[in-house]
Amino acid sequence: MTIARANGLKRSYDLNGWLFIGPSVALIAIYLVYPIFRSLYLSFYAGKGMMMKFAGFGNVVRLWHDPVFLSALTNTVVFFVVQVPIMITLALMLASVLNNDRLKFIGLFRTAIFLPCVTSLVAYSVLFKSMFSADGVVNASLLAVGLIGTPIGWLTEPFWAKVLVILSITWRWTGYNMIFYLAAMQNIDRSVYEAARIDGVPAWARFARLTVPMLKPVILFTTITSTIGTLQLFDEVYNLTEGKGGPSDSTLTLSLYIYNLTFRYMPSFGYAATVSYVIVIMVALLSFLQFYAARDRS
Amino acid sequence: MNLSRLAGDAVQYLFVGIAAFLSVFPFAWMVISSTNTSIDILGGKATFGQAFAANVGNFFAQVDAPLVFWNSAKVAVMATVLTIAISSLAGYGFEMFRSKTRDRVYSMVLLTLMVPFAALMIPLFMMMAKSGLIDTHIAIVLPGIASAFIIFYFRQSTKAFPVELRDAAKVDGLKEWQIFLYIYVPVMRSTYAAAIIIVFMASWNNYLWPLIVLQSNETKTITLVVSSLASAYNPDFGVVMIGTILATLPTLFIFFVMQRQFVQGMLGSVK
Repeated sequence: MTIARANGLKRSYDLNGWLFIGPSVALIAIYLVYPIFRSLYLSFYAGKGMMMKFAGFGNVVRLWHDPVFLSALTNTVVFFVVQVPIMITLALMLASVLNNDRLKFIGLFRTAIFLPCVTSLVAYSVLFKSMFSADGVVNASLLAVGLIGTPIGWLTEPFWAKVLVILSITWRWTGYNMIFYLAAMQNIDRSVYEAARIDGVPAWARFARLTVPMLKPVILFTTITSTIGTLQLFDEVYNLTEGKGGPSDSTLTLSLYIYNLTFRYMPSFGYAATVSYVIVIMVALLSFLQFYAARDRS
Repeated sequence: MNLSRLAGDAVQYLFVGIAAFLSVFPFAWMVISSTNTSIDILGGKATFGQAFAANVGNFFAQVDAPLVFWNSAKVAVMATVLTIAISSLAGYGFEMFRSKTRDRVYSMVLLTLMVPFAALMIPLFMMMAKSGLIDTHIAIVLPGIASAFIIFYFRQSTKAFPVELRDAAKVDGLKEWQIFLYIYVPVMRSTYAAAIIIVFMASWNNYLWPLIVLQSNETKTITLVVSSLASAYNPDFGVVMIGTILATLPTLFIFFVMQRQFVQGMLGSVK
């Protein structure tokens, strides 16, 4: 092959490469890369509506004196610190039970538990709102079996409103995470379990000493993605609380606060952008952790 | 021994049984409540009532249902077709035409996966406002067409695409775009099916961005309508239930018809 022809081939290879990825790269540059830097830029400006002035780190200072921001931050952290471990544990336990071939109707159970993933966040939030009303079906059932003496104010008491949000997210996402574990469990050699069983290792120990360590990579992956998801919590709280994050800001999340700052009141684009960078930083830290842990493995 | 095993099984059945019941209950609640009045729903009535026809009537009186459904379908189909076309091209391109520079570009594309939407929505809103696209459906679709996740999904799947097919097609004189269109796409149809489900569902269920962009009743999608019905001052939950059923039916249908591809699509990110 002559050099000229080889060069021609290389050029057409390169040209084709760029042609295939070009549209996507251009769109990502316009709708992702530009806005994320634009947000950073905006975070140095303060003011209402289009009247914005350079403010340096003024917005960052404002963050630390803003009680609403601080409660949104606290709530968001509480949500993922409490909810993610509960959900991951539940999903793992469900997956290990459903991985047991001896049980019947496994497919049916699996489908049922996975079903919540099909609903939109809005639809299920609205359903939960109706189920958890003061005289609603949940309170009525709890009263009937004697678990509680008086109805719980799920939507009116700050503590219970948080519990409701955590219950809701757990309902929606446990089956989703379970599917990841089930897929990973299919790759585990069954003879390991058989050997442990013959040696008299009890079921809970097989779960804690065999299943969990072998699934560590998947557990890490799902934990980080769930946490990132919870950091961006919006649809549920918006629809459970008519967009208020109430009662008294007890379910206000960072994303909801950003939305309120931008679209509910006279827009404070600059300050809202600063709040959004708090999420960016937290997500970046978590993703870094994930990459770091993944590299550690291989 | 056998007895303890039996007891163990019973505990396991009980555990997954309760989980399955709690998972399915809200769906049953949705269907049952669609036949009850708002007062009965909020009063916790969990048996079928007689208000179904009235609820449906009220829903159609308050909501231009065909238009809303059409809006949702239009947005979801537009998003699916454009996203799959553009993003699968890129996934294929990144894998088939590797070079140092393009691999570096790819790493940057993956990096955008961790950008939270909250940090984009303000500039995106300003961009759409500037280009006069507020309250249009195309504004909903545009930012998602190049999806890092779908690009990643297609690149991973392309690794399993037999290179011999491409070589043979080249010998036959096919151009690169012909190879993609006539050989790659048909061979990868199960990857496409899974990706289509992911994108369609995500778009159908999308809420925050449409909430920001769509402002008139003529453009609103079903999720927005359900949300605004339920957050009215004194919501009629009988009507809300009809809305949630209509919003959930398409995704439920897709799930039951294509369960395998559905699950495959969800798992796509770790395989």
